[in-house]
Amino acid sequence: MNATVPLIEVEQLEAWYGRRRILNGVDFTVNAGEIRVIMGGSGSGKSTLLRHLLGLHKPRSGWVRLLGVDIARAGERQMLDVRRQIGVSFQGGALLTSLSVGDNVALPLREHTNLDEATIRIMSRLKLEVVNLGGFQDLMPAQLSGGMIKRAALARAIAMDPKLLFFDEPSAGLDPVVSAELDELILRLRDALRMTIVVVTHELESAFKIADTITVLDQGDILMTGTVDAVRQCDNERIQDLLNRRPREIQVDADAYLKRLTEEAA
Amino acid sequence: MNAMENTCVSEDLGGYVLVRVCGEVDLSWSQQVRDAILVALGRGGVGVELALVTYIDSSGIAALVEGFQNARGKGKRFALIAASKSVLAVLQLARLDKVFPLFADVEAARAA
Repeated sequence: MNATVPLIEVEQLEAWYGRRRILNGVDFTVNAGEIRVIMGGSGSGKSTLLRHLLGLHKPRSGWVRLLGVDIARAGERQMLDVRRQIGVSFQGGALLTSLSVGDNVALPLREHTNLDEATIRIMSRLKLEVVNLGGFQDLMPAQLSGGMIKRAALARAIAMDPKLLFFDEPSAGLDPVVSAELDELILRLRDALRMTIVVVTHELESAFKIADTITVLDQGDILMTGTVDAVRQCDNERIQDLLNRRPREIQVDADAYLKRLTEEAA
Repeated sequence: MNAMENTCVSEDLGGYVLVRVCGEVDLSWSQQVRDAILVALGRGGVGVELALVTYIDSSGIAALVEGFQNARGKGKRFALIAASKSVLAVLQLARLDKVFPLFADVEAARAA
């Protein structure tokens, strides 16, 4: 792949749930080596954008290119090649409950490589050490705390040393110390393993600490993409509302409101 | 950045084998590095020179770990020599810089 091609390119992406439009023609680019934070309140569309970036949803219109591949139109083989180069740490962990922590982390290596078992064992346990879960490989997911599940999920996401790592709400539900450790780890993963990292979060403190650039989403629109300083200094009212935790004023369209309440297929 | 050729060459220094690794060590060929280290350990103590390694992923680190563990089992010397900044960053990520014997050059490793 040409090194100058962005790792993620999204153009005019629209997403709908039923009759509700969630993303309004979003443009989004992430370059190699960048830590991009996607920030926004509940219902801003950030999770929907992430699901499109991962290929879990197909765009109604527009396109998403990962590592130069149009993922809505890619063949199975091409898509498998892309998936080998990305890692995803889901908000709830998504560990397989019937497998031990060690087997969860080793799973991508067993599925995608022909490495011998000794190498796989070392690589997966190494990743547990990286997330401060060294020695926990024989526990089952049900025996882990919320913070440990999150870290085990991260260990699995980085098992293959992905070029591109997606991290959904790393801080949610974590105590401040573990949360700060994860922020630090994200920075070190980028520097040591040259990962490009996309973090979806609504935690401002974490976003400001780790981001090279921040994309602020609001009601399906990208309000801005810029550096931490640019976002902080931006005079957009909605962005300042988000930064200052001011509740938004919801506009009421009387016709649409009544329609939602009364029509059978609203 | 100019792409450096990926190579792994062993040099027998008489009872001590220097394995010189160059380039980017990743999944595509880290097993060759692993094999070279394990073969070298059959001939004596081993130093793995990493000065010209511009990137190493965890499969490459796994090769070093396996070599070190193997050497300890056989009572042989094992050292990492002149580890580049890129290698050190990955070792530090997993705190392995506190586990491996690290030396600036092969003379220091052999004298230790």
